[in-house]
Amino acid sequence: MTDKKPKVVGFCCEKHGMDSAVLAARAGKLYDASVRIIKVPCTGRVDGIHILQALEDGADSVFVLGCLEKNCYYDTGSIEGRKRVEYVRSTLADLGIEKERVEMFNASSTMAWKFPEIVSKMVEVAKRLGPIGKGGDAR
Amino acid sequence: MIVAKRKPMAEIAEMVAPYRKVKVIGCRSCVAICLAGGEKEAEALASALRLKAKKEGRKQEFEAFVVERQCEKEWVKEVEDRIDDSDLVLSMACSLGAQTIGDMYPKKLVFPALNTGIFGVPEEQGVWSEKCVGCGNCIIHTTGGICPIARCAKSMMNGPCGGSANGKCEVNLETDCAWYAIHERLKLQNRLELIEQVSPPKDWSTSHSGGRRVYVREDARLTQHQKKGREAVR
Repeated sequence: MTDKKPKVVGFCCEKHGMDSAVLAARAGKLYDASVRIIKVPCTGRVDGIHILQALEDGADSVFVLGCLEKNCYYDTGSIEGRKRVEYVRSTLADLGIEKERVEMFNASSTMAWKFPEIVSKMVEVAKRLGPIGKGGDAR
Repeated sequence: MIVAKRKPMAEIAEMVAPYRKVKVIGCRSCVAICLAGGEKEAEALASALRLKAKKEGRKQEFEAFVVERQCEKEWVKEVEDRIDDSDLVLSMACSLGAQTIGDMYPKKLVFPALNTGIFGVPEEQGVWSEKCVGCGNCIIHTTGGICPIARCAKSMMNGPCGGSANGKCEVNLETDCAWYAIHERLKLQNRLELIEQVSPPKDWSTSHSGGRRVYVREDARLTQHQKKGREAVR
């Protein structure tokens, strides 16, 4: 556990993913301000390199939030997103880096409670695991 | 095309660990098409290795870039400066690309990030299957366009063998029997008599068993005079 402010990055699709975040805010549900939301047209647009670079640039944990898999605005976008997330998770595990730093979630636009729940979970992961390594200027 | 697969991440990480400046060089040809070593894969590998170095507190630099065709010296020459400025080149091309860089800069360490696998074709998105072994003596005009050397588990010249059942191979019941497929194709083409012709044992002298093969097209080769001329222009 670290006292440092955690850094969480969330790639949210602009359809149900973002809608659930907006609805959470409108419903007055609070979520941790450590999260940085990156709006993407669809989670199918998120590639492994985006997630890896977010971690490289200092994110302690990264989540991808897309539509429900059977109700995706672009039909199969969130399934594609999940596959990419799984690929990154296996890559991290191979390298001895905690794979739980990266997680895929699905929500519908009416799930106001879901977004704060996801953020809490990823903030908890970020706090528990802390920053990756001490190498600093690896880039 | 040549189909390759990235080595396990842990193996690559171990290979590169002792070197400070690592250039990850991808290739825009076959390995880009089979999603093993193109621009995106090179960037992702460099990024993952940077994370690993960061985690272990090692000061390492990883730079990723790509060349058009790593097996051709002209394209490799374009990134010569960057290769010079490295402790290690991690090639994300097939073994041909890695060896081309190694031959051009013999003092440089060139390690492979991919395992070069097969001459294959894309069957569906994300699936490639072997259809040629480069034996140097193609016979598919007699086998309905299907290569029994690559696609039969026993590389038989006559078939099917007794292990063929329901169109599948006894070696692996998931695998289609090549000779069953040849039979069906020849039937479709009304050339079934070909399957009854007994083919002699294969002449393997054109294959790899004689050591490295070199193909030459004399009319395309440069004379000494032409070579000197080109050198002068450079």
